Amino acid sequence: MSKLSDKHLLGIKNLTRADIDLIFQTADNFKDVINRPIKKVPSLRDITIANIFFENSTRTRLSFELAEKRLSADVVNFSSSSSSVKKGETLLDTVNNILAMKVDMVVMRHGSPGAPHFLAKHIDANIVNAGDGTHEHPTQALLDTYSIRERLGTVEGKKVAIIGDILHSRVAMSNIFALQKMGAEVMVCGPNTLLPKHIDELGLQVELDVRKALEWCDVANVLRIQLERQQIKYFPSLREYALYYGINKQLLDSLSKQITIMHPGPINRGVELSSDVADSEHAIILDQVENGVAVRMAVLYLLAGIGDITN
Amino acid sequence: MQKRLILDSHILDVTLERLCQHVIENHGNFENSVILGLQPRGIYLADIIKSKLESNLEHDIPLGYLDTTFYRDDFRRRDEPVAANATKVDFLIESKKVIIVDDVLFTGRSVRAAMDAMIAFGRPEKVELLVLVDRKYSRELPIEPDYVGKHVNTIESQKVLVEWEAQGKKENKVWLVTQGNN
Repeated sequence: MSKLSDKHLLGIKNLTRADIDLIFQTADNFKDVINRPIKKVPSLRDITIANIFFENSTRTRLSFELAEKRLSADVVNFSSSSSSVKKGETLLDTVNNILAMKVDMVVMRHGSPGAPHFLAKHIDANIVNAGDGTHEHPTQALLDTYSIRERLGTVEGKKVAIIGDILHSRVAMSNIFALQKMGAEVMVCGPNTLLPKHIDELGLQVELDVRKALEWCDVANVLRIQLERQQIKYFPSLREYALYYGINKQLLDSLSKQITIMHPGPINRGVELSSDVADSEHAIILDQVENGVAVRMAVLYLLAGIGDITN
Repeated sequence: MQKRLILDSHILDVTLERLCQHVIENHGNFENSVILGLQPRGIYLADIIKSKLESNLEHDIPLGYLDTTFYRDDFRRRDEPVAANATKVDFLIESKKVIIVDDVLFTGRSVRAAMDAMIAFGRPEKVELLVLVDRKYSRELPIEPDYVGKHVNTIESQKVLVEWEAQGKKENKVWLVTQGNN
């Protein structure tokens, strides 16, 4: 099979295991491409992609933009802070106006869960969800899972602990779906206040003690404390969080085995991860960033391949 | 469907030997020449050419595998995108003489894509094309091979099927397959 089952990437929930395998195989090839002297292929030269970001982002937007440019697509960027959204335009109007300028694909980040799903029902272009509120962030989960596959050879049967602010994290949600589809065992770990109710119904383990979680897992995916999404206090202080849930070198050295540390960025150094861990050989944080470009190239390439230009 | 054998394993071996001698005539000791086999099917032929050349010349011949998927001109013009294969080129081809190797030359579009893909590894001094089977009169681009194992006259509904031992087949063979009853 060389075709995805959907023309949009709205969430990991909509993907099949075969889709994820196809994305990974294609990403292998693109990883090779971006490590060549000439890092570019002409595949998407007749495609225009709009990156529409209603929420701030550095890494994801840059990663998407590089992926698009390395596929030779034409790219337009849009961020809501400098646009007519501020004048009261609706999401659908904004996107339709952009599409009227003959844009083929839309990469969108939006603060409201389900915004890309809503768009997919109303417009023709391929849509890639670059994060919708606290719901999903599928390309991040794909690159995380891809990085585990690269580091450990396979994802099947591996134990992955997702540690930190699960409640506000779209990365956690997408990662859980992706890892389970690829056959990994998943555990979430964090203070009770940052774990969503009924999370155990997703068929995963829940652990409150970070040391126990680290002892159990092969890979720890440590999430950022999302201070911007916390209207009420979920824990007394950052210092207390760092004390109980922060991962430092001393803690890692006291474990019975070596584990791999991941972080989707941006890191709050000294809070969820100490610097000596973030910069150690346990961490594959920068590999994740590199793989992000290859995985996003694969997603864009495969989605574009579904559309037929001659129709 | 009809299947006609056009090269049996013995004749195929003789043909490959002739191709190698022809290549050696033009490239001498292979000091500045490299081979690029085209994915997915040209790599088997390239492997055999490499080992034959090595036993003739008694030294290593640089061989790379080139995948042209991302350079094809029919992306978004077919039902499914073509699945990509690995590119393995461990050398730069800057100022080298390159021999592109593929099993069957048909429309010439893969070779055009290959030339595009190849440029990512440098600017070659010269590029040649070696094919086992040349399907004459079906070219859609002005591309002609330098070394040809066998010319065949085919119509569009026919296919040339090349089988290699390295693919798990019993013998190396080339078939002409005609679809339908005639």
